Amino acid sequence: MDFYLTALLQGLCFSALALGIYISMKIFNIPDITTNGSYTLGGAITGIMLTHHQSTYVILPIVIVAGGIAGALTGIITTKLRVNALLAGILVMTGLHSINLIIMGRSNLPLISTSSLFSMLNIAADPNHNTFWILSVFVIIITLMIGYLLKTDFGIAMRATGNSESMIRALGVDTDRMKITGLALANALTALSGYLIVQFQAFADINMGEAIVIIGLGSVIIAESFINWFSITNVWVILILVLIGAIIFQLVLAFTLAVGVDPNLLSLATSAFVLLIVSLPRLSFSKAS
Amino acid sequence: MIAINNIHKVFNTGKANQVNAVNGITLQIKSEEFLVIVGSNGSGKTTLLNLVAGSVMPDSGTIIIDDNDLTKMADYKRSQWIARVFQNPMSGTASDLSILDNFRLAAIRTKPKGLSIGINDKFKQQVKDKIVALGMGLESKIEQPMGTLSGGQRQALTLLMSVMDSCKVLLLDEPTAALDPRSAEMVMRTADKLINDFKLTAILITHNLKDAYNYGTRIIQMREGLITNDLDKTQKATLKQNDLFDWFA
Repeated sequence: MDFYLTALLQGLCFSALALGIYISMKIFNIPDITTNGSYTLGGAITGIMLTHHQSTYVILPIVIVAGGIAGALTGIITTKLRVNALLAGILVMTGLHSINLIIMGRSNLPLISTSSLFSMLNIAADPNHNTFWILSVFVIIITLMIGYLLKTDFGIAMRATGNSESMIRALGVDTDRMKITGLALANALTALSGYLIVQFQAFADINMGEAIVIIGLGSVIIAESFINWFSITNVWVILILVLIGAIIFQLVLAFTLAVGVDPNLLSLATSAFVLLIVSLPRLSFSKAS
Repeated sequence: MIAINNIHKVFNTGKANQVNAVNGITLQIKSEEFLVIVGSNGSGKTTLLNLVAGSVMPDSGTIIIDDNDLTKMADYKRSQWIARVFQNPMSGTASDLSILDNFRLAAIRTKPKGLSIGINDKFKQQVKDKIVALGMGLESKIEQPMGTLSGGQRQALTLLMSVMDSCKVLLLDEPTAALDPRSAEMVMRTADKLINDFKLTAILITHNLKDAYNYGTRIIQMREGLITNDLDKTQKATLKQNDLFDWFA
């Protein structure tokens, strides 16, 4: 059972990432690969600062700003230099690999005796339960903030930018600036997941971001299936479904390992699983017609 | 009110497919004038409209609205004065957003989009009151995504959206080209009513010579990036529909 509890906790750690991917992919319609780099960036900063005995509360805003800058860079490259968004993301992600190595100083940082977000507060006696409550509060706060943002005039303009660019420009919105802001926000959230997971796993690794974008995509696609099935338009329900998507994704991975699939095949299993969710609605649709 | 002065626009300069879209047009459009532009495909009508809207930047010449030089101003900044209805109903509205969200953005076209929630019960009522006037029964559907509506309904709503915030100039780029005849008529009547009620200065591009004849207070014809015919209100009043067809002979 602990196995699934760990998966649940990981899912909560990844929910910020899932919200970030939701913003870049679903709201702005931009396939943003910066994710892999900005996630590791968040982790690297958290790792190195914790080993230097910095407070987790000091690290938090720094991680958010760093992730935001990474996302804004991708945004600037794609809007101002007119480079394809996918390529812009790959460029920044590749560059970040070096930055992350410089930040960490080596490729792996174990965090054995350092304090963390989860050791600062003691809500429950059991460490896993303690982590669960802290993560839950954390995720609720983020979700409330994003949900509120999407409801504001700025948020509506954000959603319109990815939906009908000609319309929103005619209504007085600088779409370039909007996309840069959106990608900054998405990657700040992604970096936040790096911050959480490093403290949860008690190590930072230069390769921790490898294929992390697929976790975010998978979570959002799971959520999207529900959104389409039930034709959901309510922003709050959509955000909650994205969180549930992140958790389901981790539970499925845990299940895959539990039934004895070789861990080496995990990436393959992940890809196959995402492919399955993406294609399911289309398969059933083709039968109907 | 709108002063277009010796404006030029060339696409693909120096290449084999060079297009001289607008060749030095000078045009004064008075306040509350409803200008109709007709012309064959490739005559430069849409380029001229895009130059006014700012989605195309001129090679030379100036565009001035009410003493403000707009020549080098980005399109999203010109939205202070200008509202647009596009040929494609998809371009003027956001499909995935609700009717209400679309109207909210339109209501703050000339203002910054800030971090406060603008949609409240008062605003909802305001939108419903506006939409009732269309007589399409859409006032009960304001929470629905825009994408669930027909092209005609969307164009009519786009027109209404343009007067949600202060608007001086309304640009209509073949707003009925994608619509069936009945919807097209309804959209044109709505446009005409709004232009009169809100005392807008309007520019309409159309291929429908019946609309060109029925609507507007001035008509110009364009050919190869130049104005070849220009009739003011009194001249247009004496114009016969057949004369218009002769323009294209």
